[in-house]
Amino acid sequence: MKYLTEFRDGDAARKLAADIRAQVTRPWAIMEVCGGQTHSILRNGIDQLLPPEVELIHGPGCPVCVTPLEMIDRALAIAARPGVTFCSFGDMLRVPGSEKDLFRIKSEGGDVRIVYSPLDALQLARDLPGREVVFFGIGFETTAPANAMAVHLAKQQGIANFSMLVSHVLVPPAIRAIMTAPGNRVQAFLAAGHVCSVMGTWQYPPLAAQCHVPIVITGFEPLDLLLGIKSAIAQLEAGEARVENAYARVVTEEGNKTAQDLLAQVFEVTDRAWRGIGMIPQSGWRLSEAYRDFDAEVRFDVSGIHTQESALCHAGEVLQGTLKPSQCPAFGLQCTPRTPLGATMVSSEGACAAYYHYGRFTSIEGMDAVEAAP
Amino acid sequence: MTEVDFSSWSCPLPLRDYPTVVIGHGGGGQLSAELVEHLFVPAFRNKELEALGDAALLPAQTGRLAFSTDSFVVHPLFFPGGSIGDLAVHGTVNDLAMSGARPLYLSAAFILEEGLEMAVLGRIVERMAAAARDAGVRIATGDTKVVERGHGHGCYITTAGVGVVPEGLNLGPDRARPGDVVIVSGTIGDHGMAVMSVREGLQFETVIESDSAPLADLVALLLAAAPGVHALRDPTRGGVASSLNEIAGRSKVGIALEESAIPVRTDVQSACELLGMDPIYVANEGKLLAIVAPQDADAALAALRAHPLGRQAALIGRVTDRHPGMLVAKTGIGGTRVIPMQLGEQLPRIC
Repeated sequence: MKYLTEFRDGDAARKLAADIRAQVTRPWAIMEVCGGQTHSILRNGIDQLLPPEVELIHGPGCPVCVTPLEMIDRALAIAARPGVTFCSFGDMLRVPGSEKDLFRIKSEGGDVRIVYSPLDALQLARDLPGREVVFFGIGFETTAPANAMAVHLAKQQGIANFSMLVSHVLVPPAIRAIMTAPGNRVQAFLAAGHVCSVMGTWQYPPLAAQCHVPIVITGFEPLDLLLGIKSAIAQLEAGEARVENAYARVVTEEGNKTAQDLLAQVFEVTDRAWRGIGMIPQSGWRLSEAYRDFDAEVRFDVSGIHTQESALCHAGEVLQGTLKPSQCPAFGLQCTPRTPLGATMVSSEGACAAYYHYGRFTSIEGMDAVEAAP
Repeated sequence: MTEVDFSSWSCPLPLRDYPTVVIGHGGGGQLSAELVEHLFVPAFRNKELEALGDAALLPAQTGRLAFSTDSFVVHPLFFPGGSIGDLAVHGTVNDLAMSGARPLYLSAAFILEEGLEMAVLGRIVERMAAAARDAGVRIATGDTKVVERGHGHGCYITTAGVGVVPEGLNLGPDRARPGDVVIVSGTIGDHGMAVMSVREGLQFETVIESDSAPLADLVALLLAAAPGVHALRDPTRGGVASSLNEIAGRSKVGIALEESAIPVRTDVQSACELLGMDPIYVANEGKLLAIVAPQDADAALAALRAHPLGRQAALIGRVTDRHPGMLVAKTGIGGTRVIPMQLGEQLPRIC
């Protein structure tokens, strides 16, 4: 735990926060890209240490949040089939499709299982030769190498009853889409440290230059995040727009070359719809031609399933930082964590769910001075 | 009736013909009777049970009775630090203890799956008997049903219990008052992570053991030392977060925790980090939360720490008149966060 507690030190955090306060001269809006960062910010109350000039916008980097409704409906259709064992990371099970979620499918007799790694699903396929084992491969560049490895091994070892429903998304195209969206308010990005541990930092300098936006590779512990914010503010105040690595203990410029080679072999870039945002060109991965036999969309012929997102849901604007969750007309009324319309209300770190819990909190008078226990 | 040596448990003659549970063991006939006579009665041994009536006859008690029931479906049946048998006793004993009651009698209803190994049932019953002896309760009545193979997870147990609440004692989740302190009797999250580590086949470097334990003695010590105890809760499913949210809601007060004061074992914290889980939502089976008037805080802590089950007791927060109904925590770096009630069970996060 030492490797973590060091980066949660209260004194060091307050010192970094003081540095940020001393630097800042006017309001800035910074987007943390990754859902893991959003979670840490809320979990640790990092935003409350910051001066009022610094606004953090929660970005579209929660893989559960951005997986399109249509893909979830396809997952549900596959999982409901007899003979299929459907494997997923845990937090995907509660994400609603248009009518049900995976928990419902499970209660109705579907064989839905939580796994901790796609390789566990592959092992299940070996153990259950009579069943079709499908893994729901979602997430950013971080989860992709393990998914790629599972498919690669399945092909290499001839495990024909394994397949993957792939809905991978990529960070750089999302940053570009946000920067070029009308009404964009984001002035700097905290890029996702774990994504960069795989992909390196080399993808980002052209983006920073073209969009003239500071991009700071940032980690997940309180000190990592405060350091990232401090670097971003320093650049903004100085009028700079560079890529900076504030997570050098994990991230290198070239990244994990072995993983990148495997990704390039197993996946190919494709247009991808993001829940709430819509289609972003060249923003996702699907299985490449050589691995198409392991594509669950093809194997189970579900690509014909098309679903419209709720017209009431403004998750897209929320994810892009142009609308605060509480400004959405459905917020807290038709849309609550119990009855979520969009995935930003489903995931515990989704911007809307966070607002639902924490917004109520900050709107209560006197809450900024919560009594400390002795 | 002869004593059965459960340390090297083997079925006495009539049971030995059936190395596994068969449907007939729940049929009310001879097989059922043999199960009672050769397994349950020798293990649980008490005169109320041995009378083998349709109902156990118990002496009338003065004062108020506490009455509680709980069902146990834990999987796997055995885990580091405990078993479904220990839980079935501790769970109900602790529910009684949280009302301030001295637990006296339990009932135990077993739903067994056809095919369960008799030796496994023997070990479960042995653990239950030992847990009941430790907790000072008698398992006075029971029932057994058998379901077809594939219709259960080996063994489910429901226990109900009665206890006596001392005169003048009034504890309840609606009795927390602003200014009260929040005390936890030890490290949190041990049970939930112990079960998860074996259930999911996660291999950690160290074995996390469940904290499953009977709390009635600890409660008796606490209440004797600190008359200002207003509420007690054993934070089982949903963990400390759910119990304190419930108290905040029922008492219409806010509760503010100091996160760094909450004791969490390093291995439990590490396992939680790995899985993206928060120990404050993870189940405990041998811990209590006490809401105590401020003037009794020191006495309460001293009383808890004097008992082996409360050695790591800590003051973790305060009750406040602000943000009624809401549980918040001051984080390690000095921010605050709301700790809401969870919708369902906590799920491992993807990132």
